[in-house]
Amino acid sequence: MRNHKAIITKERCIDCGECIRICQNHAKLPSYDPLEVINDYDYTVALPAPSLYGQFNNLDDVNIVLTALKRMGFDDVYEVGASAEVVSQLSRDYIKKHREQWPLISTACPSVVRLIRVKFPNLIEHLLPIDPPVEIAAKEARKRAVEKTGLPEDKIGIVFISPCPSKVTSVKAPLGMEKSNIDAVCAIKDVYLKLLPLMKQIDDPEDLAMAGKIGVGWGVSGGEAGGLITDNYLAADGIENVNKILEDLEDQKFGNLEFIELNACNGGCVGGVLTVENPYVAKVKMNRLKKYMPVALKRIESGDAIKPENAMWTREIEYEPVFALGEGMKDNIHKMNMVAEIEKRLPGLDCGACGAPTCLALAEDIVKGEAKELDCIHLLREYVHRLSGEISKLDPM
Amino acid sequence: MSDSIKLNYQINDEDFTRAGEASGDVKKRLRQMGCSPEVIRKVAIAMYEGEINMVIHADGGEINVEITPEDITMVLKDKGPGIPDIEKAMQAGYSTAPDNVRALGFGAGMGLPNMKKYSDEMHIDTVIGEGTTVTMKVYQ
Repeated sequence: MRNHKAIITKERCIDCGECIRICQNHAKLPSYDPLEVINDYDYTVALPAPSLYGQFNNLDDVNIVLTALKRMGFDDVYEVGASAEVVSQLSRDYIKKHREQWPLISTACPSVVRLIRVKFPNLIEHLLPIDPPVEIAAKEARKRAVEKTGLPEDKIGIVFISPCPSKVTSVKAPLGMEKSNIDAVCAIKDVYLKLLPLMKQIDDPEDLAMAGKIGVGWGVSGGEAGGLITDNYLAADGIENVNKILEDLEDQKFGNLEFIELNACNGGCVGGVLTVENPYVAKVKMNRLKKYMPVALKRIESGDAIKPENAMWTREIEYEPVFALGEGMKDNIHKMNMVAEIEKRLPGLDCGACGAPTCLALAEDIVKGEAKELDCIHLLREYVHRLSGEISKLDPM
Repeated sequence: MSDSIKLNYQINDEDFTRAGEASGDVKKRLRQMGCSPEVIRKVAIAMYEGEINMVIHADGGEINVEITPEDITMVLKDKGPGIPDIEKAMQAGYSTAPDNVRALGFGAGMGLPNMKKYSDEMHIDTVIGEGTTVTMKVYQ
């Protein structure tokens, strides 16, 4: 907090969305594209995330949602769930062949990858180097659109219908690749309001669904791991839980796990800040919907844009040491000792009144030159007391 | 201001849920210092194993850590029963941990071997009935 406003230290932000969730005054807003973005292209394809299906009551056929997306103005739809099944297929194969990297950590949640990049450099080698489902879906959707319409690629708009703003960041600053295949990211909550009335009018939906249980299951924590057909996995959700799991994993507290699925949001993607429904209710709805679906519908086929080799990361994730206070180890030691000295003088209440979340954080800000000791209201009070004492001594009254 | 960071931790007895707090704190500081990931990993694992050992065998104790640009020194001091046969204790898989501790997944006999493996220098001073001091160094 600086001048009564919450400031985010950009280098340290992993886009977990907690600030958006927690602020009662809604001071922090997620950034994403407005629905009007559809008008910027000659032909648009919607990529609905599996978590979209968990938003509706009594939905028993995803085709209703997909048909409504087309009536809303999209020319075509391509389910991210279908590409999730492709990623599941590739992951099963990769995990089997790379025992030395066990446990592999899922990379579908960009916030988790960013957290590992700034805080757990030792775990970077465990990251599953496969593109996330939405990027694969975007490639396939564009290829299909070009074949159908003959339009040049840049006239085609690939629009992700997303549960989270973290994906917006990964379109602008992709992880594991040079350039994202997605043109725009819209929010589930915006689309939801438009879809509801349209869905009510649909009597005979088009047959557009391409994903089965495995693909749709990715929307909920544990779904990705479920698609691997092994019991030897761990799935955790919620950013605090994820952090704890990564700390323990770094200390080698786990035995022979094959796979670790981590989602920054509670409940998985259904808990994203751009969704409408409570994540746990959404999960119930998704499970009900999945019940009568085939296990999987999509595998890599010969005509696909994606082949096993071009679905892999092309750029390595590099450690970003954002926690260092200064330049070089000597300077860091010096500054850390200064922090420790200042921290001793602070009350240790972590009251937050100064604007820093903890006394330690204030001490660090002071050393970095971004705050001063009298920002602490307790130290300020003592100071004022002392001062008024001095003044009263001067005053002969 | 000195060229090192000195840290002191009191390790409680028999409190498994808290074991790892000290090594976790050191890990945080090494990250802040800009230490290499490999160094952080070695220190974290070696110290965590030592911390657990103190809880299992010696009702806790005290850990002093000194961090310099050259190395990290960890001194783990306890007033436990001492180690009668260091050579045996250093064997992978050898453990004197009681059953209730093993039931929790600890006591696999990898504590001291891992401490040796992940530290660059290790020295054990032990007196039966008085206690044990393990000194470990990891080079930067």
